[in-house]
Amino acid sequence: MTAPQIEIQLIASAVAVSCALPGCFLILRRMAMMSDAISHSILVGIAVGFFLIRDLASPLLVLSAALTGVLTVSLVELLTRTKRVREDAAIGLIFPALFSIGVILISRYAGDVHLDVDAVLLGELAFAPFNRLVVLGVDIGPKGLYLMAGILLLNLLFILAFYKELKLATFDAGLAGALGFSPVAIHYGLMTIVSITAVGAFDAVGSVLVVALMIAPPATAYLITDRLSSLLAASSLIGVICAVSGYWVAHALDVSIAGSMASMTGVFFVATFLAAPDRGLVSIVLRRARQRVEFAQTMLLVHLYNHEGLPGVERENHMDHLGEHLRWEPDFAGRIVGAAERKGSISRDGALLLLTERGRETARQAMVM
Amino acid sequence: MTGPRGMAGAESAIRVEDLTVAYGEKPVLWDVDMAVPPGVLMAVIGPNGAGKTTLIKAIMGLVRPVAGYVSIFGKPYLSQRRLVGYVPQRNSVDWDFPTSVLDVVMMGRYGVLGWFGRPGRAERKAAMEALTKVGMADLAGRQISQLSGGQQQRVFLARALVQDARVYLMDEPFQGVDATTERAIVTLLKEMRSEGKTVLVVHHDLQTVPEYFDWVTLLNVRCVASGPVEKAFIDRNLRLTYGGRVSYLTHHAAEETFGHPEE
Amino acid sequence: MGIPGFVQTLFADYTLRQVALGAAMLGIVNGVLGSFAVLRKQSLLGDGISHAALPGIALAFLLTGSKSSLTLLLGAAAAGWVGTLLIMSIVNHTRVKYDSALGLVLSVFFGFGLVLLTYIQKLPVATQAGLDKFLFGQAATLLRKDVATIAVLGGIVVAFLLVFWKEFKLVSFDPDFAFSLGYPVRALDVLLTTLLVIAIVIGLQTVGVVLMSAMVVAPAAAARQWTDRLGVMVAVSGIFGALAGVGGALVSSSASRIPTGPTIVLCASAVVLFSLLLAPNRGLAWGYFREQINRRQLQTEAVLGDLYILARQHREAGHGHPVEVLRTMAHGHGGVDRSLKVLQERGLVEETGPGEWALTPPGMEEAGRLSRQWRETP
Repeated sequence: MTAPQIEIQLIASAVAVSCALPGCFLILRRMAMMSDAISHSILVGIAVGFFLIRDLASPLLVLSAALTGVLTVSLVELLTRTKRVREDAAIGLIFPALFSIGVILISRYAGDVHLDVDAVLLGELAFAPFNRLVVLGVDIGPKGLYLMAGILLLNLLFILAFYKELKLATFDAGLAGALGFSPVAIHYGLMTIVSITAVGAFDAVGSVLVVALMIAPPATAYLITDRLSSLLAASSLIGVICAVSGYWVAHALDVSIAGSMASMTGVFFVATFLAAPDRGLVSIVLRRARQRVEFAQTMLLVHLYNHEGLPGVERENHMDHLGEHLRWEPDFAGRIVGAAERKGSISRDGALLLLTERGRETARQAMVM
Repeated sequence: MTGPRGMAGAESAIRVEDLTVAYGEKPVLWDVDMAVPPGVLMAVIGPNGAGKTTLIKAIMGLVRPVAGYVSIFGKPYLSQRRLVGYVPQRNSVDWDFPTSVLDVVMMGRYGVLGWFGRPGRAERKAAMEALTKVGMADLAGRQISQLSGGQQQRVFLARALVQDARVYLMDEPFQGVDATTERAIVTLLKEMRSEGKTVLVVHHDLQTVPEYFDWVTLLNVRCVASGPVEKAFIDRNLRLTYGGRVSYLTHHAAEETFGHPEE
Repeated sequence: MGIPGFVQTLFADYTLRQVALGAAMLGIVNGVLGSFAVLRKQSLLGDGISHAALPGIALAFLLTGSKSSLTLLLGAAAAGWVGTLLIMSIVNHTRVKYDSALGLVLSVFFGFGLVLLTYIQKLPVATQAGLDKFLFGQAATLLRKDVATIAVLGGIVVAFLLVFWKEFKLVSFDPDFAFSLGYPVRALDVLLTTLLVIAIVIGLQTVGVVLMSAMVVAPAAAARQWTDRLGVMVAVSGIFGALAGVGGALVSSSASRIPTGPTIVLCASAVVLFSLLLAPNRGLAWGYFREQINRRQLQTEAVLGDLYILARQHREAGHGHPVEVLRTMAHGHGGVDRSLKVLQERGLVEETGPGEWALTPPGMEEAGRLSRQWRETP
């Protein structure tokens, strides 16, 4: 591995982790599409800031663009509060407008400089190693790496400092308010973090793919874990894996690094979606098949219990009528009755099925839930 | 426990047999049996999460049951669909939808109109008649977002009326309506009964059950009891349904009105 | 160039005419379908579909080597459709919520599309260039063939919508009720979504995948402000879409270095802003004026009422009360001086001395009537 390759992977990993951390809260708070809105509309801030500052990696530019992100959030809220459009429509109205202004500004006035429309969508990760940070005449590494490391540190600090508040505001905004944490402050804090992260990541991967890195790794982690802390850790790890593997795929095929990273997040999500223990599609299907038999047994017991001692019991609880009453195929009914009998839940009196005391207890428990 | 089987024969308006419904892996209705004779007003009561709405939706096939059958006047639901009218919960739709009161009521005729029929004068007339019945004729041209909760509920009822069904399933029609509307709905229900319609109503207010309804089903995942109010709406069944929490509410009503709990 | 000159150019210039025609049609189709999307709370689904279409365009090109608009649009539609299906199945089979599923599919498909585009750019084929017009749209590249494709596909979409109008209206408003009437709600849902997919893909060459969602949301959101009828909303939305499309396409074709998509989106946004502010009834400006008028009337009535209270305390008509007292009684709600002036003009109050005011006999009568009215309607 050459030094630029290592630097690119370091930057990509920093971007991935920085995005995954606030992304976890976005998906839990059902605000995933806010990342889409913010990552697009910061373009106006970047364009205007760039005309003033003329340096894409300047912290000042990051700040001015992040402000645009927060502005987007407030505009969406303002528009929703007029009750003339719903929130989803408000998002769909605000960010395309801001993004359009940004694109027009850039393509009209900045075409000849280092910011163009391709960079907006693709990012410039491949060129990041060329933009060096030189302090006192010493080259200490690419600027982008320092910028992303700074943003990553900021995100970590924010989440560590307000972990309790974020958790509470995410899972029970009402309680958080009652305990004196302002949900609004937490909300805007998080939105500021998302905006700053989006600006930093924008430089590396472009505006749409920020969304992939913010949403896909947390959504993937969400399929395998329940705890917030492990969600944060797992999604960071998945983010890094996607970043690094994405880089090498891009390297091998000579295609866009950012696009390849986003594709990898998708690959990981689908793989997890299919194969995750417990919540994966495969294990759900297997479990359903197993549970179908167990559930059918319980259903049989409940059915017998409900009709015990009632008129019509000899019809309802008759072996030959199970198919009719429970919509079971004859061999399935036979299998289930056999299984229940082996377990000692039922006994037979000719073709009439009788509950044992144990079976009765199981039925009662099943219904109390 | 009051078993429905002894009371209703094949002529039941609604007959539910061994109905079990599960969402994912969690059962919400366990082996429910119920038979509603024609021409009664039946309340379905039970605590939150008892599966009342699910019962209605399962009767219509809106949720697929794991087991069990539903028949309307002795035939499978699918072939009898025209005979069934439905009043969903008021908050199940977006009342800011750009349409008028009359338009919503005419939707009740869409089933009869079929695929390419367009609502015309006959539908308009039927809709206006139904609106008059619920006291909303003046508001026919009104945009639906300008209605109060009670008025919204009346619109839904009018829409069900134009369906001209024989069996009605109503999900919480009394939810959040004003006293005037509540009285109007009760009058309407009784009128429907006198026309021989069968109405199944998901209901919340235990106090008004004996006054408004003549049959009742007590539901808590399983069917605790189902039958005429004076037999089924008793303290013991209520306790079984609500887990004892509710006895103070209904104690007097049940004990004094209906004597001792059935054994 | 003045407007008449511009219009003249428009009709004289063949390319411009094609562009305007294509943009108008895609605007109409998306405005019409967008109305349903917005009402069904699927405003952002358009964003997902349009982004998801990108890999479809690239794959269609890679597989067929053809750049004909029909081939590419079929690829786009297929990918957009698969994306939608994936969103639904993620929501149905996992605990990942709709917004996350949408964001995930949107960005991953788009990322994959970019991978394919960069791959295509490196192919040693002469005809590779031009696919990136699908990113931000380039109306100037619309050829007669493309416009014909838009017209045919758009016509089919609108025809379906008209045929199934009643059913689509019903499932959009109350799907459960539609089901209870025996309509195949799922199938209608899929059909409506498919029409939306087609509407979106016919706009991609002109508006681009990144911003196409705005053409779904903006005209519909604007049209909703002007009417409370679905039919009118759909028609107005179509007109707004056409206006935005034509306006944006013409501006961007006549100036250099302005991509079409963003220009169209800004035109549509302007229509939204205008509608939100000025549409009668729902417009914010109207609401504001109504509120102001109401507030002023209430203030005036309050001052009249205060003078009435003071007059009854003194049992002597014509006794003047200092304006400061009235201000105190108004609890800082303001408008006291303005109210007095209005009341004076109506002959209900008179200035008895410098800064001192009293009710006139008609004022007494009016105030008495108002206070009785207030008591009756709490």
